[in-house]
Formats: sequence, C-alpha cells, structure tokens
Amino acid sequence: MTLDLADILKQYPHAGRDALIPLLQSVQENFGYLSRDAVIAVGRHLGLPASKIYGVATFYNQFRFQAPGKHHVQVCRGTACHVKNSATVLDAVKRALKIEPGQTTRDGAFSLEVVACIGVCGLAPVIRVDDEFYAGMTADKVRKILDSYRKKEAANG
Amino acid sequence: MPVIYIDDQPYEVAAHHNLLHACLGLGFDIPYFCWHPALGSVGACRQCAVKVFRDEHDRRGQIVMSCMTPVRDGLRLTIDDPDVRRFRATIIEWLMVNHPHDCPVCDEGGHCHLQDMTVMTGHNYRRHRFAKRTHRNQDLGPHIHHEMNRCIQCYRCVRFYHDYAGGKDLNVFGAHHHVYFGRHESGALESEFAGNLVEVCPTGVFTDKPARRYYARKWDLQSAPSVCGQCGVGCNVLFNERYGKLVRVDNRYHYEINGYFLCDRGRFGHDFVNGEERIRRPLARESRGASLRETSADDALSRATQAVAGRRVIGIGSPRASLEANFALRELVGADSFYLGLSDAEFKSANLSLALLRELPTASLHEIETADAALVLGEDLLTTAPRMALALRQLARRQPTAESIVACPVPEWNDQAVRELVQQQKGSLFSATPGPTKLDEDAAAVYYGELDEIAGLGLAVAAAVDQPSAETDSLATQIATALRNAKRAVIVSGGNEAVMQAAAAVVRALRRAGRDAALCLTQPEGDTLGLAMLGGRALSEVVRDGAECVIVLENDLFARLPEADATAFLERTKTLIVLDHSITRTTARADVVLPAATIAESTGTFVNYEGRAQRCFSAFAPQPDVRESWRWLDALRSSLFWPTFDDVCRAMAQAVPAFAKAPDAAPSAAFRQIGNKIPRQSPRFSGRTAITAQLNVSEPKPPDDPDSPLAFSMEGSREQPPPALIARYWAPGWNSVQALNKFQQEIGGPLRGGDPGVRLIEPEAKP
Repeated sequence: MTLDLADILKQYPHAGRDALIPLLQSVQENFGYLSRDAVIAVGRHLGLPASKIYGVATFYNQFRFQAPGKHHVQVCRGTACHVKNSATVLDAVKRALKIEPGQTTRDGAFSLEVVACIGVCGLAPVIRVDDEFYAGMTADKVRKILDSYRKKEAANG
Repeated sequence: MPVIYIDDQPYEVAAHHNLLHACLGLGFDIPYFCWHPALGSVGACRQCAVKVFRDEHDRRGQIVMSCMTPVRDGLRLTIDDPDVRRFRATIIEWLMVNHPHDCPVCDEGGHCHLQDMTVMTGHNYRRHRFAKRTHRNQDLGPHIHHEMNRCIQCYRCVRFYHDYAGGKDLNVFGAHHHVYFGRHESGALESEFAGNLVEVCPTGVFTDKPARRYYARKWDLQSAPSVCGQCGVGCNVLFNERYGKLVRVDNRYHYEINGYFLCDRGRFGHDFVNGEERIRRPLARESRGASLRETSADDALSRATQAVAGRRVIGIGSPRASLEANFALRELVGADSFYLGLSDAEFKSANLSLALLRELPTASLHEIETADAALVLGEDLLTTAPRMALALRQLARRQPTAESIVACPVPEWNDQAVRELVQQQKGSLFSATPGPTKLDEDAAAVYYGELDEIAGLGLAVAAAVDQPSAETDSLATQIATALRNAKRAVIVSGGNEAVMQAAAAVVRALRRAGRDAALCLTQPEGDTLGLAMLGGRALSEVVRDGAECVIVLENDLFARLPEADATAFLERTKTLIVLDHSITRTTARADVVLPAATIAESTGTFVNYEGRAQRCFSAFAPQPDVRESWRWLDALRSSLFWPTFDDVCRAMAQAVPAFAKAPDAAPSAAFRQIGNKIPRQSPRFSGRTAITAQLNVSEPKPPDDPDSPLAFSMEGSREQPPPALIARYWAPGWNSVQALNKFQQEIGGPLRGGDPGVRLIEPEAKP
C-alpha cells in the first residue's frame, strides 16, 4: 500500500469512462483488491454508477473483490495439471479452507486463486503458496501443507 | 415492398424489418427470446434460427438467425426444415440445462414465454443429469421479486432497464457460465419503470412481488380492459382479479399511448382497491357529533334523498371520477351548483389547457417518440407524467440514431450496431425545470430557474424562432435553431399558467414559420381535462357561497382547499354527503357516506391529456353495497333515469356537445360477437364452483353486466375481440404477454381494428 485512493484518482484527472479499466488496475495494484468503497469512489470520479463498474470488473477474472489473505494460494488448472488430476487438488484446497476461488478465509489467513498455468508443467499438479511452489500434489499433501502454514502462524503468535 | 419466399410461397413484407419481425407479422411462429419489438435485435439467444437459400436451385441452404437478417427482395427461406428444427431444439435444450424444474411453484408459470417456446420447439425430455448452476437472489424492493436461477441470459432486462429506460442500478455482472443480472448489492430498484421487467423478462427471473401474495395463474384471473387514472397520460391497463381481490395490473398495448410499457405508479399504484381504507358499507350518523355507523344502502339513500329534497344542494366533482359520475352529479345539482373539485392552481391550469388544446395541435406519446426535437418547460415529468418522460427519452435516443444510420447504413433494429454508432451523442431534447430531474442526462441542454425565468426562456425561444439570428451562444437561440431544424417538434409543459403560455407561444411561432409543432400539456389526474370540458365553477367560490347540503364526489376537500377554508366550509354545511371508495378526511366529517366503486370495479370514460376519451370496464363486480358513483347519484334523483351505463353516457353526449363523441370510445353494451358477449375469464378458468363453496355448495349465478359487452363469465365469444374490449392477450401456443403479436396489424404497430379511444378535441384548422 503505497498510495491512497485519492492519490490514485488524482493520477486520472478529467478521466472519462474509457479510463475505467486502467483505474481499476491501479486500485487493485495498490490495495490488492477492489473494495466496495473504492468502487464507489471510482464511480464518483468517472461519473459512472456502481452497477456499471461492477459489471465491467466482474467480467474479468483478474479483479478481486475481497482483500487477499496473508497467504495467497494459487492452484494451477493448466492442461498438464488437469491431466494429473488437479481438479481433486483444487477440491481439497477448497475443503481445507472452506472458500471458493476468489475468496478469502474469514480469519484473513488464506486466499485462493485458480490460475491457468504456473509454468512448471513437469512438476504437475502444482500449487503455489506465496512464493513457494509445491509439486506433485495430492489431496493429502495439500492438507499437510496448509496445516504447516497454520502452525507457523500460531507459533508466530 | 420486397417479396420473400417462405417454402416457395411469395409474401410481401416491409423492407425495414428483420426476417423474424417479418415472419411473425405474417403469422408464422418462430421461437425467440432476446428480440423485442421495442428493443430491437442483438442476436443473443440463437433461438430464432431459420434456413435461407441462395436461389431456387439451392437445396442445402444455410442456417441464419432471423432476427439479425435483414429482409431483401427475393430472399428464400424455410422455417420448418428438419435441420433448423433440430438446431432450435438443441438451443432450447442448452437453455434448459440450468433452468430449474420449478414451473409449478414459479409465479411466471402459465404466462411464461420460455414455457411457450419450449413447447413450440418440441423439447420435452431432459438429458442433463448433473447439478445446475445456482445463484444468490437479491432483494430488489417491494415490487420486483428476483429469482436468478431461472435466467436464460437473453439480456432483455438490462436492455430495457438500462438502455431503453435509462436506469442506472441494474446491470449484468460476470461472464460465461456465471452471468448475473441484478443490482451491485441488494436494494430497491430505482427506476420508475422497473415494473416492466416483469413483462420484459421471458421467464420468471423478475416477477410481480405484490401479485405473488395471491397465488393466481393467468388463466384463473378475471380481467377487463381499463385505463390508469394515476396521471393525465391515460395509459391503457388490464386489471386482473381473483377471489374479489385485484391481483395484478398488466400493460394493455395502445400504439398511440403507452405501447409496451407502463410506469410503476400505474402498475403498482392500485393497491387501494384491496386496501384497508376501503369503504365497503354505507355509513351515516344520527346527528352532528354522533359517530359514523354502518347502515343499509336503502337507509343511507333515504337519508341522502331527504337531505337533498327541496334544498339548494351543491355538488363538488372530481378529477379522479369518471366523466359519467361527474355528469350525473351535475345533472343532480344543476350546472350552476356544480363545482369542479380542483384546487385553484389546478382549475386555472386545466381551463388554460383546454383553451390551448382547442387552438393548437397536441401529440400522442407515440408522436413524441418519433418527433425530432422537444422542449420541456417547467415540468418534472418523471413525477407528473412518467410515461411521457420515457417517450421523450426515446426521442433523445432515436434522433441521433436516425442521423447516424444515414451516414453508415445499419438497420435501425440492429440495436448493438446502432449503439456503437451513436455512442454518447444526445438528441435534440431540451429541458428547463426548477431543479434537476432524471430526464436531464438525456437532454442536450438543461436550464434551471424559477418558474417565471422558465417562462421567460420560453418566450425568448419563441422570439428566436420568429427571428433567427446569427448569434448562437445563447441557450434560447440554440433551442430555437434545433426546433426550427426539426421536421416535427414537441413542446411539453403543464402546471403553471405563465409557463404554459410561453410553451404555447413557442408552438405558435414554430407554426408561423411553417414547422410542424405540437403542444403537450400534462394533467395531474386521470380525468382533469374531462372535468374542465364538462365545465363548472371554481372550488374557491364554494367557500364564499356555502350551502346547506353538499355532495362531494370521490374527492378530499382538504387536498384541494387551504386547511382553514376547508374546515370553515364544512363547519357551515348542514348535511355533507360524500361518495368515495376510501376513507379520507372529508369522509370522516360526512353525515352520509356512500361507498363508491374504484376504477377497477367500474365502467366509465376518462379523458387524457390529449383530449382522448377512453373507456374503462369493471374487472369484477363490486361488493353488494358498493356501487359506481353515477349509480348512487342517479338513485338520489326522484326516479331512475339511467338504468345502464349506456343511458348515462348517451345522456351526457346529448347534454354536453364537447362529449358528443364520447360514446364512440368503445362498443356499447349491445355489442355482440357472433351473438355472444366477450368473456372476462379465460376458457380454462378453474375453481368456479369451489370459490364460494364455504358459503353455499351451489354455484352462484355470475353477476349480470348490463353496462358493457363483457361478461363475468368464461363463456362467450372465442373470437379476437375489438381492440377496446381485449381482456387478455392469448393466442394458441402463446400464453405469455408476447401473444400480443397476434393482436397487432403489424408487429409493434397499431392493434387490429384501430387503437381504442376517440379524440374529443380537434384544434381549429390551421396550416
């Protein structure tokens, strides 16, 4: 969080509806997601109703509407991972965290995202937690990995 | 006109239509979802596929979407080809994959376009065995119920709400398999036209929330054609009844007035018919100071007759009562003792409207939509005449379209292409109002000022029309230039006399310059203009005059007179007789209250803002002690003069020259179709014998209706009735409101047999 919302809006003076997507991108870059307040502020700045902005933002998978968790889990659903049964892996993550892709757990510890390909197809199926890659995932391993992050959190207090 | 060949048979069709429009107009059934005659084509649903052939030797053909294919001369196509039939069946099967199996509990069931189309394509067996996509519904306020799982992604709702009506808060979210139509968060829909989603949605995503309380299917409703009395526009509506309750109000198509859409005030504003405040028994009090008690009709009538006999009686009419009720009151008390029941400001503006309408031509809503420039002076139309504001918005949308498609010829019905062309251009709509209105964003220029400043602007525009000058920086000159350049211009005003005079001055100036211009003056209530045509004295005089006995017809004096005047006047009155359907402050002070029928239970004539007399018919018989006001008033005279509605209507036409044509507004009660009356109930009306079984196991005789050619019955003519008597839209295979296609001369055009109603005011002949 380097800039606050007013600063971002200041970078787009006299902007019209064509500036909507770049503006939303810079908001997400700064805050990690599009909060309801940010959407309304952007709407006021551009003279667009909130429904229009959500209409555009929800069309694209890359915009998030919940603050990312402390640990960001990415599950690869690319071709190679798919062949190696990443559907089960995703399912296991969803069960373990009790959230859907695009959401954040209530305690704010984890957020989940589905990505098309991480680029290490040889290690399929792959998940990535923050900057760590975990190869050859199974439902069992997923639970262990996520538990280890939880324990780390608890140890750090 | 181009000729197209359907299965090698030649048909002449209009050149500016798409193939779907043309084929439906010819009477062929092609299933469709996303196309709507008022919204154009976007090709979203892929349902209206037909096969076209290159020439008469081509036997293979090519499948195209008929709604996206322009008509051209010599086009050969087939609708009923095994390939296209299979294609259409596949499409509907895909749509049904995620559509829930909840027809029996869905409010749309029985008038669902999706049901009709599914049956039409022959899809009757579900092969999809997996989980369905589900959504969370939103609370969209008190009027619209949201059930997103039923959505088939036709985009009609957003295209109506956002594009057509200019609503800001409903939109489409997400993409591919998770497309969602709703608000960005739960909350009441903000648009004045949100109720139309109920009819625009081809399935049960948006349904009528008040109507849900009654669990009634379309075929179980008893309905009759009527007119909305909530403002002076006079939109045509259908009132639908079940178990003695008004269940829902539907749009009744009128090409010249409301077309396909109503405002929410008209659709959801008739709850008073079922209201707690209704007066259902006659009331009377023994003496001043005693409380009002229920009594019998005979007792109430004899009290009223005694009070009236041999005394000077004054009558106060009402702009929300029918012409006939007001006329009956005038006959009872005499023209000298008849007061119009309008506030001072309303009285002046109604009389001025009448004078101006007799001098200058006016325009129907359809003529407003198709005009080329408009100026609104002084009126916040979304409050005073919402449907007119929607018409003006269409003018603002249509006019740049007409210019753009000259430069780049895309068909006007190709909605997406047209909007790409038009972008943010605005049409020649100008608005001058005391404060911001929702119409402002459609206007090319907006002016805010006090009413006298607005009148000044109007006069300046008139002067600038008379003397076009090179100087273009002033707003008046800018407006004048746009109005002069328009083939047809409309000036809308109302309410304030000075502003109305200024509006008339603009119209006169344009006509002097040889332009086609019309003046539209809004009226606050359903029969304000009719009341002014009937003629009578101002209510302010009544306060000065006073009388022993006063009859108030469907009116609340406290809403029309200053508080002190109304109180003083009623104090001086010895006997106050009030006819009304609901409790008001005036009925609370009455000595005798006679329960009047509401607009949904009565037959009557109303005159709208353009001077068009329109007939409303009772959708259901009122309860035994509730009668139409003209019936009560007729009974107050020594003997019955008018046994039926036609008698009072004819007597009125003879007595008041202005209403000479009023009986022509609809067929008389003697009208028969092949010897039969027209049924108010559908042929499959159910529960007839059970409805009153708790009272009597024998089925009662249905009430007689001596006042209209409609019958309170499911028996009668099965033919398509004349346009003024259409009680429901239904055609074989078409249970939804889209059956309307079968009632029009041309789809989106006038009804077969001409649109109902008759204009009573013709302006003096002028070039």
